[in-house]
Amino acid sequence: MGAPDVQAPPLKAYPVIPILQADAMAGSRPYVAAEKLNEAIGFPGKLVDGWQAKAVAKLGELRDRYRSLRVFLDACVHCGACTDKCHFFLGTGDPKNMPVARQELVRKVYRRYFTFAGKHFPKLVGAEDLTESVLEDWYRYFNQCSECRRCSVYCPYGIDTAEITMAAKEVMDSIGMGQKYTNEIIGKVHKIGNNLGLPGPALLDTLQTLEEEVKEETGQDVRFPLDEPGAEVLVVTPSADFFAEPHVFSLIGYAKVFHAAGIRWTLSSHASEAGNFGLFIGNYDQTRRIAMRVREAALELGVKRVVVGECGHAWRVAYSFWNTLIGPFDFLDARHPVPQHVCELTYDLIRRGAITLERERNDRRVVTFHDSCNVARASGMGGIPRGQFILPRAIVRAACTRFHDMAPETIHENTFCCGGGGGLLTDELVELRVKGALPRMEALKAVVDEHGVNFMATICAICKAQFAKVLPYYKFDMGMVGGVHQLVGDAIVLGRND
Amino acid sequence: MSIEVGGKTLETDEEGYLVNLADWTEDVANVIAQAENVEMSENHWEVVNFLRDYYNEYQIAPAVRVLTKAIGKKLGPDKGNSKYLYELFPYGPAKQACKIAGLPKPTGCV
Ligand code: SF4
Ligand code: SF4
Repeated sequence: MGAPDVQAPPLKAYPVIPILQADAMAGSRPYVAAEKLNEAIGFPGKLVDGWQAKAVAKLGELRDRYRSLRVFLDACVHCGACTDKCHFFLGTGDPKNMPVARQELVRKVYRRYFTFAGKHFPKLVGAEDLTESVLEDWYRYFNQCSECRRCSVYCPYGIDTAEITMAAKEVMDSIGMGQKYTNEIIGKVHKIGNNLGLPGPALLDTLQTLEEEVKEETGQDVRFPLDEPGAEVLVVTPSADFFAEPHVFSLIGYAKVFHAAGIRWTLSSHASEAGNFGLFIGNYDQTRRIAMRVREAALELGVKRVVVGECGHAWRVAYSFWNTLIGPFDFLDARHPVPQHVCELTYDLIRRGAITLERERNDRRVVTFHDSCNVARASGMGGIPRGQFILPRAIVRAACTRFHDMAPETIHENTFCCGGGGGLLTDELVELRVKGALPRMEALKAVVDEHGVNFMATICAICKAQFAKVLPYYKFDMGMVGGVHQLVGDAIVLGRND
Repeated sequence: MSIEVGGKTLETDEEGYLVNLADWTEDVANVIAQAENVEMSENHWEVVNFLRDYYNEYQIAPAVRVLTKAIGKKLGPDKGNSKYLYELFPYGPAKQACKIAGLPKPTGCV
């Protein structure tokens, strides 16, 4: 398999609701996880006998456990406000990618088995049995939702399709219909410590290489410490930051910030991953177990602060769920946010004059900022309203001279997903990913044409990998995407620590 | 899934990565490369061999900066960057070169 032959949709000057193309994406189907991948993380290996009854029972269990899910299943009035808000619908035209239609895939089954009318007059109320073909639709179309929650912003009842998607994935995992990409990765986190499967010695070798490289570039002894007890700060960041470009430029940026500010920090080989794919598959136990590694590492190393690197969904899990999942954090220094985002740390240092950025060093760049879904719609920063929008932009503006936001309906809480979130960042879904990126690419094109933007900064490893892959399909350079701390790393003044 | 090399059938995963690392030979690499539309030059082999050596030591493919540094040392500083690696392996040096080298695909947010 070389580059798959995928045609990117043409970029339009403004978003147009696509002409409906029934079943346009019916062929989009990620690989099902092999038996041993599912079993390694405690799921049935393959489709179980009596799966239908078991799936229905599981759905009932989730409805009882999560009040929100029940409300979301009951409350929709089919007003249609969400229909054209999903990037996957806008990019593919497949009506099943309208958020309300996606929800209906679960709702019609829910009605059939859990409502009076659905039990007795299924046809009248659009209730349906969970047949094999319905299950197939679930597998295909819940793997065409990046759990970005954009639709929920426009729904008068705040119905969150992402939560229905997570529930559907949880049901499918429980009957042996797990998805390969997510479940293989979760297995690696438990076995090796990170999504990539980067063992401790390889991580150490990688960090030493980075120390040498930065020394060559800057002449400074910028450190990339691993497992150093007594450090003040533990950084947990996506393992992609160790491995890939452009991610690694941000890791270099964090290291330079710590160096310039004189803060002792460390990475951990035990918690060498910020990402938490347990969230993507809607599984509480997995989410908790994956998060727990961070608590264990923080205690073992005796740090005073935990800082989360550039990873969108990790920040959602940390900001919104860590305290209940793995708290209390009474052993950390309460004078700093617990947990702290690396943007909060850097923003604070800039404001206090503890680090100096020379914006002119980024003069070749004209920058825009892509808000990542999980940061934008499911977290906060800096303890101020809308801080998650303000802080990253303030850092970018401090690090470069020319900055232009994309259109307002495509940023902040209205941001369009990169098209790769929620566990879809896998090669067999490239067609979906390219098409799902369309609304973001249109907004980017507008600022490229108008302002000459040549760099899109973001604070999420998935966004970076997804854009690096899909930008060329839209005739943009893959190097246009990078991290906020990539800009910081290029602008920061080192070796003048007074 | 599987591929045929020299009359032998070798098992691969859904995406064409070898299942058994020990099945790999240079012939196998050539067959995979051909399917990927990559014509193996001496420089391609430098990368592939480095990947295999690194994997043998660390059970993972090298991070991009480790790879570019090593390749820069071997082939000259102008080649020690990811742009050059993309010229050799257009579908991404990590994934495509790993496939040809008979190594598992790097997973995660890459
Ligand atoms: S959560 Fe995002 S991807 Fe899923 S249906 Fe809503 S808008 Fe589409
Ligand atoms: S906007 Fe909300 S209530 Fe209206 S159709 Fe969509 S999910 Fe239902």
